[in-house]
Amino acid sequence: MAEMTQRENIIEVKFLSVFYGQFQALKNVNINVQARKITALIGPSGCGKSTFLRALNRMNDLIEGARTEGQVVFDGKDIFEPDTDLLELRRKVGMVFQRPNPFPLSIFDNVTYGLRVHGQTARGFMEERLFRSLQAVNLWDELQDKLQANALSLTGEQQQRLCLARVLAVEPDVVLMDEPCSALDPTATARIEDLMYQLKEKYTIIIVTHNMQQAARVSDYTGYFLLGELVEFGETDQIFTSPRDRRTEDYVTGRFG
Amino acid sequence: MTRYFDEELLELNKKLLEMSGEVESLIGLSIRALRELSRKMADSIIKDDDRIDAMELEIEEKCLNLIALYQPAAADLRFVIMSMKITTDLERIADLAVDIAERVKELADQPLLKPLIDIPKLASLAQGMVKDVINSFVNKNTELARSVILRDNEADELRNLVQSELINDYMKKDATTVPRAIPLLLVARHLERICDHATNIAEDVIYLVKAEVVKHRPGALK
Repeated sequence: MAEMTQRENIIEVKFLSVFYGQFQALKNVNINVQARKITALIGPSGCGKSTFLRALNRMNDLIEGARTEGQVVFDGKDIFEPDTDLLELRRKVGMVFQRPNPFPLSIFDNVTYGLRVHGQTARGFMEERLFRSLQAVNLWDELQDKLQANALSLTGEQQQRLCLARVLAVEPDVVLMDEPCSALDPTATARIEDLMYQLKEKYTIIIVTHNMQQAARVSDYTGYFLLGELVEFGETDQIFTSPRDRRTEDYVTGRFG
Repeated sequence: MTRYFDEELLELNKKLLEMSGEVESLIGLSIRALRELSRKMADSIIKDDDRIDAMELEIEEKCLNLIALYQPAAADLRFVIMSMKITTDLERIADLAVDIAERVKELADQPLLKPLIDIPKLASLAQGMVKDVINSFVNKNTELARSVILRDNEADELRNLVQSELINDYMKKDATTVPRAIPLLLVARHLERICDHATNIAEDVIYLVKAEVVKHRPGALK
């Protein structure tokens, strides 16, 4: 349940629009993301929720023809300013994807990959971060004896946890998750959700999900997107018991979408 | 998009309406039995209550199944949960009709202590509140629900009036009136409780329709 008393905006999104060529994928979105809370974004396919997520660490820059208007203020600064250090932004705002995407390298090299990118290659330092990251995603006990094994030999759930550990190793503030459980079975999903609960003590999590029950279970705040518009944003229990907008009502009750 | 779930909800609604209808006529009957001090009517009320108990169980089970199988949200969720609460209040109202019937049988055994004045008033009030709250549920009419809630104070006042009259004018003055006064005292109490349950249902109807909590918030109705 969201604590109204200790609100702290970690990201302030102001009048954000994203265009792919002529197509406007996001229309004037305004959201304040609360620190150390889980924010879920729901909506039918093509509604702009993943576009929104990718805007938060400028992953849309990688898409040809993508253009952005408006502001995303993170750490007191608009991330679209030309002098933004993208490497640093993506360190602080990490991302986990729908399909686990470990590199075809050892477990050790996967988790410490980001550290190497950032030039932090001292052995002791890397081992310490490796330990802490694998601990945080509850993989250390399982994997500590086979750190040199290829990450691709792990199960889907382990791979997804490993990808999360890879993000955590560079000590982000925000973790973006794009459908992180859609390739997992229900028990693995439950364990990842449990992990999200543990992680929100330290991190701010923003998750895109097609699974409305998942949004209802794990998140403190929920935003409903439709046709590029943020239709409604509010505390999750309010969205699922008494949505204010008819369109949200139709979506969460399964009448639409 | 049409949903199979809508058919399930319609069926739940139908069951609830059936039960409401039964409870409304049971209350009507119990009040008639009281006016006429009819033992025969009282007996038939006591028998009818089993059917209402069975309806309550059936509705509760339906609600549980709908929650387990469909995980309803928003207005659907409010409808299923409020149905469960409303059915409980309806069943209690039916129980109170039975209690009144029991009192009618006690009263019919002995000469009436005094002509009844405020009890019939309270009975009409209770019957009207039950009837209106059921209508407010059927027609999702929150104004009517609100008017039911506002009538509850009147019921409390009438009950207090009956109570103090019976205690001060009869029981305290002449202890031999006590056996005849107590059933009347209880009837007033049963009727007032019926009004309380009607009020609960009215509050649930407002939540169901508008997602507004008016319960335990006297200011919320203004």
